[in-house]
Amino acid sequence: MKWVNISMGAVTALVSVLSFSPVVAATEAAKDNVITVYSSRKEHLIKPLFDRYTAKTGTQVRFITDKAGPLMARLKAEGASTPADIFMTVDAGVLWQASEEDLFRKVDSPVLEAAVPANLQSAKDDWYGLSIRARTLVYSTDRVKPSDLSTYEALANDDWKGRVCLRTSKKIYNKSLVATMINTLGEEKTEAIVKGWVANLAAPPFSNDTKTMQGVVAGQCDVAVVNTYYYARLMKKDPQTPLALFWPNQDGRGVHINVSGAGITKHAKNPEAAQKLLEWLAGEEAQGDFAGLNQEYPVNKAVKPSPVVAAWGDFTADDINVEAAGRLQAAAVKLMDRAGYK
Amino acid sequence: MKNEPLVAVTDYLQITDVNVCFDEATIVHSASLTLGDGQIGCILGPSGCGKSTLLRAVAGLENLCAGNITLGGRELSASDYTISPDKREIGMVFQDFALFPHLTVAENIAFGLTSWSKTERQQRVDRLLALVGLVGMESRYPDSLSGGQQQRIALARAMAPKPKLLLLDEPFSGLDASLREELVPEIREILLEEQVSALLVTHDQMEAFAMADKVAVMNEGTIHQCDTAYNVYHEPESRFVAGFVGQGEFMRAIVVDELSVDSSLGRLHSKEPHGFVENQSVEILVRPDDVLHDDDSEVTGEILSKQFRGSHFLYRVILPSKQQLYCFASSHHNHALGEAIGIKLDLDHLVMFAERPSV
Amino acid sequence: MLSLSPIQKFVYRLNNSRRTARVLLSLPVWLMAIIVLIPIGVIVLSWLHPQTEVWQHLIETQLGFLLKNTIILFVGVGVWTLVFGVSLAWFVAMCEFPGRRWLEWALILPLAMPAYVFAFVMLGLMDYSGPVQTLYREWFGAKAYFPYMRGTFGILFVMTSVLYPYVYMLARSAFIHQGRSALDNARLLGLSPWASFFRVALPMARPAIAAGLSLALMETLADFGAVSIFNFDTFTTAIYKSWFGLFNITAAAQLASLLLLFVALALFTEQHFRRGKVHQNPLQHQRYQLSKTKAWATTLYCSTVVLLAFVIPVMQLIVWIVDAENLVWDQRFSELIKNTLVIGFSAAMIIVCVGLLVVFGRRLLGYRQNSGLLRIASMGYAFPGTVLAVGVMIPFAYIDRELGQPITRWLGVENDHVLLGSMTGLLLAYLIRFFSVALGPLSTSLERIKPVYQHISQTLGANQWSLVKRVYVPLMSSGILTALLLVLVDVMKEMPATLLLRPFGSETLAIRIYELTSEGEWEQAALPALVLVSLSILPVIIMIRRSGIRLRDKQ
Repeated sequence: MKWVNISMGAVTALVSVLSFSPVVAATEAAKDNVITVYSSRKEHLIKPLFDRYTAKTGTQVRFITDKAGPLMARLKAEGASTPADIFMTVDAGVLWQASEEDLFRKVDSPVLEAAVPANLQSAKDDWYGLSIRARTLVYSTDRVKPSDLSTYEALANDDWKGRVCLRTSKKIYNKSLVATMINTLGEEKTEAIVKGWVANLAAPPFSNDTKTMQGVVAGQCDVAVVNTYYYARLMKKDPQTPLALFWPNQDGRGVHINVSGAGITKHAKNPEAAQKLLEWLAGEEAQGDFAGLNQEYPVNKAVKPSPVVAAWGDFTADDINVEAAGRLQAAAVKLMDRAGYK
Repeated sequence: MKNEPLVAVTDYLQITDVNVCFDEATIVHSASLTLGDGQIGCILGPSGCGKSTLLRAVAGLENLCAGNITLGGRELSASDYTISPDKREIGMVFQDFALFPHLTVAENIAFGLTSWSKTERQQRVDRLLALVGLVGMESRYPDSLSGGQQQRIALARAMAPKPKLLLLDEPFSGLDASLREELVPEIREILLEEQVSALLVTHDQMEAFAMADKVAVMNEGTIHQCDTAYNVYHEPESRFVAGFVGQGEFMRAIVVDELSVDSSLGRLHSKEPHGFVENQSVEILVRPDDVLHDDDSEVTGEILSKQFRGSHFLYRVILPSKQQLYCFASSHHNHALGEAIGIKLDLDHLVMFAERPSV
Repeated sequence: MLSLSPIQKFVYRLNNSRRTARVLLSLPVWLMAIIVLIPIGVIVLSWLHPQTEVWQHLIETQLGFLLKNTIILFVGVGVWTLVFGVSLAWFVAMCEFPGRRWLEWALILPLAMPAYVFAFVMLGLMDYSGPVQTLYREWFGAKAYFPYMRGTFGILFVMTSVLYPYVYMLARSAFIHQGRSALDNARLLGLSPWASFFRVALPMARPAIAAGLSLALMETLADFGAVSIFNFDTFTTAIYKSWFGLFNITAAAQLASLLLLFVALALFTEQHFRRGKVHQNPLQHQRYQLSKTKAWATTLYCSTVVLLAFVIPVMQLIVWIVDAENLVWDQRFSELIKNTLVIGFSAAMIIVCVGLLVVFGRRLLGYRQNSGLLRIASMGYAFPGTVLAVGVMIPFAYIDRELGQPITRWLGVENDHVLLGSMTGLLLAYLIRFFSVALGPLSTSLERIKPVYQHISQTLGANQWSLVKRVYVPLMSSGILTALLLVLVDVMKEMPATLLLRPFGSETLAIRIYELTSEGEWEQAALPALVLVSLSILPVIIMIRRSGIRLRDKQ
C-alpha cells in the first residue's frame, strides 16, 4: 500500500505548498525597505551591485529576470497591484516602448539628470540609461586591412560579397541599429543597405554575437557587426584570437550605441527607495562596476571605462537620442522582414 | 424417481419477470427463476443466450429495465432502483478467476474481510484454505499457481465474507477436461460444506447436471424451463430444451387417440393423456437410449454414421420412412456403414410437440 | 416477500443516484478542461481586436516561409522519430543482440537532454567554427563539402535526437506486451518477416506509437529554445516577432490561436489513430535470435544512436566544464538544484494526483464519457511556453486584483499576489502544460487493468473509494511512477513559463541556462546544463528499472 501513502503525501504536499507560498510572499513583502526589480539585464550583471547596495544601506533588493517582452506584459497585467518598483532593461527601444505604454512614472532627480547625458535618457524623465553598449565592426586581422573598412553602410557594397556575418534580426540590438539608421538615412536608403548586407552574407544569420565572431575566426566570413563586450569576452578567453575592433562612421554620424537602463514603475510601492537605488547606480560609486562587470561603457562621464575597454581607444558615438530606436523599432522589424534579413 | 416434485423449500432467491436492456436491445426477456435456501441452481444455455447477463444482474452489475430480484425477502433490484454490488452480500466467481496479481493468496482471500477482526480474519482464511485444500500456499502469488489452484482460490475469496448467495460465471470453462471432471464434484462438496446457496452459469450440461439441484435452461434471453436436472432431461417443456439438453431426434407421428400415436416404428402409447387432437401431426422426442439395437426386430435401419464411445457405439440410422434416429448399441455390436440393423423403441414416456409448420 | 417501504426506496435511490455520482466523477475532468480553456480563451479573445496592419506585413513577408519551415519541422520530426523510435523499439523488444540489456535503457537517456541544451551543444560542436568542421577543413581543405548545420538537417537532427525516446518507450512497451504469438502466426500463414512486421506488429502497436508520436509532435510545435538557437524560423518565431519586435501582443496571441488550431487538428488525428485495443499477451517473452552479422549490425545501429544523441553531447558539456576557467560552484548552485528539485517534485505530485482523479472518474463513469473534455484538457502540452505563460498571467493578474488582494486585505495579511508570481500560480501553469504527459501512462496503466477486477471488488463489498485504493492504485503503481518521473523531468527542463511566473528568488537550473545561453555563453552554461541532465537521468533510469517489463522479461 505504499502507493497510497505516496498519493496521500502528494495531497499533503499540494495543500502545504498552496497554503505556504502566499505566506512566504507576504512575510517578504511586509518589509518596507524592499525594492522589487523586473530586469531583462542578466542576473550576474546586477546581483553583485544589488548585494553591495544592500550591504551599504540595508535596503533589500529582490528581482526576477526574463526577456523584456514578458516582463512588460506582466507589468501591464498586474497594473496597480504590481510589486515591481523598477523595470530595468538592456535596450533603449524597450525603455521607450515601456514609457509609451505608460508603465513608468516621472522621476524628479537632479542627481540622475546630472549623471546621465541627455541623449541617453527619456525626454519625459521617466527612464535613464545606466551603461552604454557600442555595436561596432569586428574583422579578421588575417584577411582584412582596417583601411578596407569604413561604415556600416559600406558592408552592403559588392566587394564584401560572401564576407559578412550578422546576428539574427530578431535580436533587439540589430533592431535598434536599423531603427537609428532609418532615423538618419530614411527608410528607403536603409532598406537598400540592409538588402545589400543580406546579399553579402557568408552564412545565414547567427543566434548570438559570439557565434558570429567565431564565424569570422573560423574563416567563414571576414567581418561582423557585434557589441563590444562580446568581443571583450572572446579576447579574454584567448588574447591571440585574430580579431580586431573597428569604429565605423567616424567621419559621419558615429558608432551606433544603445543603453542598458531603468525607470521607476508607475505603480511602484516604494518609489523613493527605488529612486535612491537608481541614483546610486548612476553615481560614481557604482558606475565602474555596473558597466565594468560586462565591459560596457559607463554613462556617467565622471567614471572611466575599465582598462580593457579603454584600450580599444576613443570613438565618436552617434549622438541621436536613443529613443529613436524605440520609436522606429516596429518599422525596423518590418524593413528587415522585407529585406529578407532573418 | 420420475416427475418428482420439487422439495418445497421457501424460495430464497426470486427472479421475477426480469428484463435487462443494453441501449435499445433487450438481452434478457421476462426471466423468472427461484432457488431455495442452500440449493445450487444453474442457468444452462448456449453462448450468447443472456445467461451471464442475468447472473450479472443478480450481482448488481447490470440494471433491470423490468421485473425485480429479491434475496431472502430483501429486494435487490427493480426497474427503478438497484442496490449497488458492494452492499448485496453476494459473492461471485468470474470466468477467468481474476485473482489480484499484487496480492498473495491469503490477501486475496481476505480481500472482502476488511471489517472483520484480525483473528477472525485469520481463522476464516485458514478454514477456507483447508476447505479448498491449499494449506501452505498463503504467501504465494497468483501467477505461481496452476489453473485449478487459482480456481479454488477464487472460490475461497468469493465465499470468505459468507455471502448470502454465491454466483459462478462459467467457473470451469478455463480449465481442461480432466481437471474439470475432478473439480466439479469437489466444488459441489465445498459449496455444500459451507452451506451457501449458489447460482452457476454454464453452457455445459454435464457440469449443470453434476452441480445443480435445479437447472434453468435459457435461450435467446428467455428461460424455457426451470426444474430438476432429471426433469429437464426427461420432460423438456419446449422443443429448444429437448434439443439442447441431451442428444435426440424428433420423429414424426400421427395422433390416433388421446393416449397413442402412430409412427414409423409402430404405434406408441402414452401413460397419460398427451393433449393433442386426433389425426394431428406431432413430433416425438427420441433419445439415443430410447432406441435399442435388436437383431430380432422387424424394423431395420441403415447405418449412416457411427461413433465409437468405448463402452458403446452411437449409430445414426435411417429408417425406410426416411426418418433418421440415433441408436446406442453395446460395443461388441460392431456394424459397418450401410449395413441394416434391427432396432426397437423403448420409450418410458412420450415427449411430444406439435409439428413445426413446413417451410 | 418483504417489500421496501417508499422511504427505504428513496434512500436507495439517493445512494445509487447516477446523477450525483456522475457529477462528482466528472468534476475533475471538467475542472481540468476549464483550467486549460482559460488561457486558450484569453488567446482566442485577442481576435476581438483585429490587427490588420501586422497581419498584412506578416502575410506579405513572413508567413509563407514560416509555414513552410514549420511544416518541414513537423513532418521531418514526425517521420524521423517514427523511423528511429519504432525501429529501435523493435530491435530492443524483439531481437537478441550483444549489449541489448544496456542499450535498452541507454536509448531512453536522450529524454533527459533538454532540446535547447542539445541545440547549443550541437552547434558548438558541429557548426562551421566548431572543432569538428575545423578539423575536417584541416584534413580536406577549406572548400570540402560539409552539410550545413544550422539548417533543416541540424534542427531535425537535434529535435529527433531528443524526441525519439517518446516513440521508442511506448512502442517498445507495446511490442513486448503484444508478444510474439500473432507474429509467429503471421509467419506460419506465409508472410515474410517484413510483411508480418508491417501487417501485424505495427498495426497492433499503433495506439502506443500514435501516443508517443503525438507527444513528440506537440513538443515540436511548442519548441522555441532549440529553433531560436538555430535561428530556424517557425510559426513560434512569428509569435515572438509580433510580440517583442512589433510590440503587438494581440497579434502574437492571434498567431498563437492559429497554432492551437494546428494542435487541435493533430490531436484529433491522433485520437483517430489511437483508437483500438491495447493488446496484451501475458506469456513469457521470447526474442528472435539474429545471425551473428545481423546481431552485431543491430548493436552498431543502436549504439550509434546512443552515441550521437547522448554520449557525445554529454562529453562536449564535460569538455566545456573542464576547459572553463572561472567555474562557479558556489552556495548558489546548491540553491539552484534545491529549487529545481522542489518545484519539480511538487509539480509532479500535483499533476499526477489530478491525473489520477481524472482517469478514475472516467473509468468509473465509462470511457465514452467526457472524451471531448479530456482532449481539451490535454491541449496544454502544445502551448509554446511563453504563450501559455501570457495566457495564464493575464487571468491570474485579474484574479489577484479583483479577488485575491481584497480578500488578503480583509484578512489583514499584507500580500502582493495569491497567484501571479506565487508558487501556486507556477504550479497551475505546469498543471496546464504537463497534464497530458501524466495522463498517458496513467490511462494506459489503468486500461490494462481488466474491468473484471472492479466487479470482483464490488461483489466482495468494496465501495468505489476502496476499489481505487486497494486495487487500482497498487495495480497502477508502475504507471503512476512513470507519470511522476516524466512530469518531473519535463518540469525541470521547462523554461519559458518558469521564467515569467516564478516567485522571486526561485531561480532554477533551466533559468540559469537561459541567462547564460541567451548571451551566447555556452561554455558557462555547460555546468548547469550537465547538472540538469544528470538530475533528469536519475528519474529516467528509475523509470526504466521499475517499468515492470523487466520483471516479465526474466528468462
